[in-house]
Amino acid sequence: MRVKRILQEKEAVIQSSVDLTLIDPLIEKYKNKKGNLIPILQGTQDVYGYLPKETFIKISEQTGLKLSEMYGVATFYTQFRLNPVGRYIVKVCHGTACHVQNATAISEAVEDALGIKDGETTEDRLFTLESVACLGCCSLAPVMMIGDETYAKLTGNKAVKIVKEIKIKESN
Amino acid sequence: MKKTKVLVGLASCGIAAGANKVYNKLKALQEADKLDIDLKITGCIGMCYREPLVEVIDETGSYLYGEIDEEKAVEIFDKHLKQGEIVKDYVVKSDLFESKDDSFWDGQVKIALRNCGVIDPENIVEYEEHDGYIAIKKILEGKISQEQVIKTVLDSGIRGRGGGGFPTGMKWRFAYNNKADTKYIICNADEGDPGAFMDRSLLEGDPHAVIEGLIIGSYAIDASEGVIYCRAEYPLAIKRLNIAIDQAREKGYLGKNIMGVKGFNFDLYVKEGAGAFVCGEETALMASIEGERGMPRKRPPFPAEAGLWGKPSNINNVETFANIPYILLNGAESFSKYGTEKSKGTKVFALTGKINHGGSVEVPMGITIRDIIFKLGGGITDGKKFKAVQLGGPSGGCIPEYLADTIVDYDSVNATGAIMGSGGMVVMDETTCMVDIARFFLDFTCKESCGKCTFCRVGTKRMLEILTRITQGEGQEGDIEKLEELAYQIKDNSLCGLGQTAPNPVLTTIKYFRHEYEAHIKDKKCPALNCKKLLTYTVNPDTCTGCTVCAKNCPTDAIDGARKEIHFIRQDACIQCGMCFSKCKFDAIILS
Repeated sequence: MRVKRILQEKEAVIQSSVDLTLIDPLIEKYKNKKGNLIPILQGTQDVYGYLPKETFIKISEQTGLKLSEMYGVATFYTQFRLNPVGRYIVKVCHGTACHVQNATAISEAVEDALGIKDGETTEDRLFTLESVACLGCCSLAPVMMIGDETYAKLTGNKAVKIVKEIKIKESN
Repeated sequence: MKKTKVLVGLASCGIAAGANKVYNKLKALQEADKLDIDLKITGCIGMCYREPLVEVIDETGSYLYGEIDEEKAVEIFDKHLKQGEIVKDYVVKSDLFESKDDSFWDGQVKIALRNCGVIDPENIVEYEEHDGYIAIKKILEGKISQEQVIKTVLDSGIRGRGGGGFPTGMKWRFAYNNKADTKYIICNADEGDPGAFMDRSLLEGDPHAVIEGLIIGSYAIDASEGVIYCRAEYPLAIKRLNIAIDQAREKGYLGKNIMGVKGFNFDLYVKEGAGAFVCGEETALMASIEGERGMPRKRPPFPAEAGLWGKPSNINNVETFANIPYILLNGAESFSKYGTEKSKGTKVFALTGKINHGGSVEVPMGITIRDIIFKLGGGITDGKKFKAVQLGGPSGGCIPEYLADTIVDYDSVNATGAIMGSGGMVVMDETTCMVDIARFFLDFTCKESCGKCTFCRVGTKRMLEILTRITQGEGQEGDIEKLEELAYQIKDNSLCGLGQTAPNPVLTTIKYFRHEYEAHIKDKKCPALNCKKLLTYTVNPDTCTGCTVCAKNCPTDAIDGARKEIHFIRQDACIQCGMCFSKCKFDAIILS
C-alpha cells in the first residue's frame, strides 16, 4: 500500500504548482556532500518560503536521501515549515526577558488585530504570526521582528500600529 | 593631528533601536560637508539601555553619546564634529568628566569583550591592530609546543563558558591524546537560552577573536577542520563571521600551510542551526551537523574519542574561544589573577529583565550578584522591590533576594540550586510571579525536549500541566509534592543535560518561594498579581468618574453603572480578562 501511495504522489508532481527546477542548482551543489540534508532543506525553504511536498520527492530521487529521514528532520527543527506562509512573518519574542515584560500582551494584541492565532496565516497571505524563543535583543524587551526589522520596547498598541501600517502600505 | 574617530554601535540591539538611521544620517552629513572624519561601525558597546550609541574620539578625549536619534545626530555633527563643542547633555560616558552612568563601567574587566565596541568587526586590519592574530603568530614563530599551549590554557584555569564549567585545558588534552588522521574542533554558537545574548554580542562585535581561538585550538589538538555552529536566528552574527572567515583565509590565517608553517592546515565554516535548543548539547549538536535530527547520543564514547563523523572532536563555547588568544598572548597569569580559587578569570553576563541598566557586562568572577544588579545594573526599574534573579535559563534556577550576596563562581552558584549557565541574568521584581516563571520555563523545555527519553518527554509535559493548572486557580492539594517527585525522576532518568536540568526552575522556585505556590493552590491568590485567572477586579469608588468606558469594553457585560455614576463589577459574570483594567484612564480598577 505504501509504495502505491508514493507512486500516486509522484504522478501529482507533474501537475505541481511549484516550479521544481528552481532547486536544481541546490541539489547539484549538495548532492554528494556528507551532512547535506539540513542545508538542502534550508535552501529549498529559502526558494519557496516553505517546504512543498513535491520537493521532498524530487530531492529524495536525485540525492538518494530517504523520505522518512527528510520528514523526520523537517519536523524536528522549528525552522522548517510544511505550509505556505504570508509575505510578512511577524515573530513575537517570548524569551525570558520579554516574558517578564509581558510579551503575552503583544501576542494577544496582534492576534486580535489580524484575526489569527499563533502559527496561523491571514487569508490574504499577508501575515504569518509566530512566537519565537529569543531574538537576543533582551535589553529592549519586549520585541518583535518582521522581516529583518526588529521593533523594540513594544506595547500592544504599538505592535498593532506597526502591523496596520504594513497593511496600509501593501494595499496601496 | 589625528583624525576624529566616530563609532556607531551597529549590533543587533543597536539596529533594533535605530542605529542604522543614525549611521546613515551621519554618513550623509559627512559626505555633504566633506568633513574629514573617520566614521565607522562597531559592535556592541554593552550599554544596551542607552542604544543607539555614538562614540566620538577626538584629540581631547572620548565621548560616548547615548540614546541618539537622527535629530540628535545632526546636533552632534554640527556642534561637536564641526566646531569641537561637546554636547554634554547626551554624553553618557567620557574619560574627561564624570557622568551618572559611570557605575555601569566600574568593576568591569574586559577580556572576552576586549574589542567589542572598539573595532570595526568587518575589518580584519582593525583586529590586527588590536593585538589580533599575534598570539597564533607568537606560537608558530616561537615554535611553542602543543603541550605547552595546552598547559597555558590549563594554568589559566579557564572553565567552559557555555555553562558546564569543565576545564577547557583538560578537554583539549583529551582531544590531543586521541590520535587520529582527522580531528574536528567545533565552536558552539547555538545560544538557545531565552534571555541570553552574550555570544551574539561577541560574534557581532569581534568575530576574529573567536576565529583566532579556534585556530589556536586546532593547533593544540591537531584538528584540520573547524565548524562554527551558529543559530539561524542570528543573521548578523552569521554574516560577520563569514566576512571574517573570508578575510582570514585571504590573509593566510586559514587554509593550507598557515602563516608559512608547512603542514599546519586548518579551515573552518559556519553551519547554521535550524532552531532546536537541544542542539546546544554537544552530542546533539554533532548529530545536527551530520544532517540528522538533533538528538543526543550516549556517552561514552565522549566526543574527544569519537565525536563528529566518528572522529575525535573538541567543542567549546564562543566566549571560551574569545578568551584563548588573550590568554596565550599575555600568559596564564593575566587571566588567572582574576576570580576565585576554583573559578578564574572573567565572565560575560547579559543583564536583562526589570533592571535599569540592561546590557552586556564582563565582570571578574567573585563579584556578588547584588553588586552586579545594584551597582552595574543600576537597580530595579520604577523603584520596585527586587525579588529574584534567574541564572542559567531553562537549565538554571531563581536565586532569591536574600541570597543575592552569593558570589559569581561556579560552585557558589551551584550551591543555590541554580547554575552559572552561559550568562543570562534575568532580574525579577515583586510583580513577577514565580509559579508563572516556572511554568514559562517548563513550557519551553517541554517544547524543546527531543523526545528520546520518556522521562523528559512525558515528565516535562505532566509537570507543565500541573503548573498551568496552578496558575489558573485549579491547583490541588499535593501538587507541590507531585511536582517534586516528577522533577527528581526526570533528573535521574534523562540522557542529556536538557532533561537532567529541566526541572531546576521548578525545584528552585519551590525551594525559595513555596509560599507563592501555596497561595495559588490553597488561597487561589497570586501574590504578585500576575496570574489573571486568580485576580479579582473591583472598582475604586474614590477615583471612578462614571465614564462608562469599562462597561462598554467588558466582553461579558459584567459591569453595571450609568453615566457619571460609580460603576460596579459583578464577580459572577467577570472572566478576569483585564479589559476594564487596561481601558480605564483613571486607575479606578483595582486588582487584588
